[in-house]
Amino acid sequence: MAHGALILGVLIVAFPIWMTLVGSTHDAGTIGRGDVPLLPGSHGAENFGIAWNEGGGRTRTTPAGTMLLNSLIMAVLIAVGKIAISILSAYAVVFFRFPLRMAAFWAIFITLMLPVEVRIIPTFQVIVDLGLVNTWPGLVVPLIASATATLLFRQFFLTIPDEFVEAAKIDGAGPLRFLKDVVLPLSLTNIAALFVILFIYGWNQYLWPLLIINDRSMETIVVGLSKMIGRGDSQNDWNTIMATAVLALLPPVLVVALMQRWFVRGLTETEK
Amino acid sequence: MQKKVIFRGRLLPIALLAPQLAVTFVFFFWPAGQAIYQSLLREDAFGFSREFVGLENFQEVLSDPTWLNAAMNTVVFSGCVAGLALGLALFLAVQADKSLRGATVYRSLLIWPYAVAPAVAAVLWLFLFQPEVGMIGRGLRAIGVPWDYRLNGNHAMILVVIAAVWKQIAYNFIFFLAGLQSIPASVLEAAAIDGARPARRFWTVIFPLLSPTTFFLLVVNLTYAFFETFGIIHALTNGGPAKATETLIYKVYVDGVENLNLGQSAAQSVILMIIVIALTAIQFRAVEKKVHY
Repeated sequence: MAHGALILGVLIVAFPIWMTLVGSTHDAGTIGRGDVPLLPGSHGAENFGIAWNEGGGRTRTTPAGTMLLNSLIMAVLIAVGKIAISILSAYAVVFFRFPLRMAAFWAIFITLMLPVEVRIIPTFQVIVDLGLVNTWPGLVVPLIASATATLLFRQFFLTIPDEFVEAAKIDGAGPLRFLKDVVLPLSLTNIAALFVILFIYGWNQYLWPLLIINDRSMETIVVGLSKMIGRGDSQNDWNTIMATAVLALLPPVLVVALMQRWFVRGLTETEK
Repeated sequence: MQKKVIFRGRLLPIALLAPQLAVTFVFFFWPAGQAIYQSLLREDAFGFSREFVGLENFQEVLSDPTWLNAAMNTVVFSGCVAGLALGLALFLAVQADKSLRGATVYRSLLIWPYAVAPAVAAVLWLFLFQPEVGMIGRGLRAIGVPWDYRLNGNHAMILVVIAAVWKQIAYNFIFFLAGLQSIPASVLEAAAIDGARPARRFWTVIFPLLSPTTFFLLVVNLTYAFFETFGIIHALTNGGPAKATETLIYKVYVDGVENLNLGQSAAQSVILMIIVIALTAIQFRAVEKKVHY
């Protein structure tokens, strides 16, 4: 009975993905008539080819290949950037004493309370003032400050025994050397877990790229896909749209499937 | 907690902090300050003139029927999303917890919708519920339901709720399952020996022990429904029909980006910031409880 309920749950959760896969393998006519079959058809290669090289939908959009690359660049830059600046600042706060240390920490901490969606218009104006519309820095940098990552690394650094620092000092190792040879190797599992979470966070960004990017060659696949469906009428080229949807959801889903252990770790650690 | 052994130096730690502080000041504090400043001004759409109007923007926002409508939509939408996503995930987690061996398998099978972008989830569900093309949309029409989310506000709300819930179940499931598996078996055995039936055991033993997790998830789900579902609404309904699915965050976008009404949009942003701060404060208290319990 428990297994029955769970299997039903899994089927319901998987159903939209299955229908998307099915939709991406039929020709536009079949779907347009409304007879979407339950099994895949024979036009898969053709649909994915069109989506990848030309873009889908009646209004030809950016090719999915280009958009995937853009999303990949954005997600990796956001993840790497967040991890890099958070490690450095957490290291400074934990392993040094200096004036205004706690003030700096709280200044970072309070940003937890200002998600980008809330301060969207004024942040957009800052980007306009700085002339960063349609640029990678404009797209990435406002999303990389993250108090959660800093908090996570701070928590972890506090558990590194004092003896390690002492030993390093006796060996004559300076703080940068200690960071590189001791702290970073010890942090690898945390970094891996956080990378998975942040990659997905970056890949799935919607509102910010929608505002910052209007140059079609820089469009990310999540935004590009939603522009394709336009008003969602039946005349859309649903087959190529569904192929693009598969391409848009595959990379983050694969990352979660392959790195599940890190993913669950990262999730439970960052959100607490 | 503080470290006893530390490195000496003043310039190095400041240099290490500089990148994050720079980003924080330029992209958090400056815009947040701007939002508060602008919320007190009236500006024409082209920025040629501005005057200080005090709290007038807030007054206008709070008495504006379209804002109140958006606030109402947000309450309905967030309540439905949080309630359904928590309820379904708890049900599935309890089932998975019953067979310890199967739990990890089901976790793997249920986890991945978390990785799908909200806007992509919207497109997947649209394909099923599109009135002329979608399997479920056509099915509903075939049995006599005049399903059309583009014309009927309730239908539109149902569709955005389904897409938002579908994406959030995975997250709640992981936390509920972890919470259930951390309940000591001895507690449950004791209840079983006392003759408590499964349903009674759930409501009198398991559920109270899960309540810190539930409360934490409730806040996370509300935050999700408030802010992260912009993509779902933008992709599916554009806030329509007739503003039936326009939430507070969506209205900030419409007023600021499309209508260029900066003062009002900024005032709305400030109100949202206050809501986030309240939610975050509640969340921290919940986490405290969780640590002590």
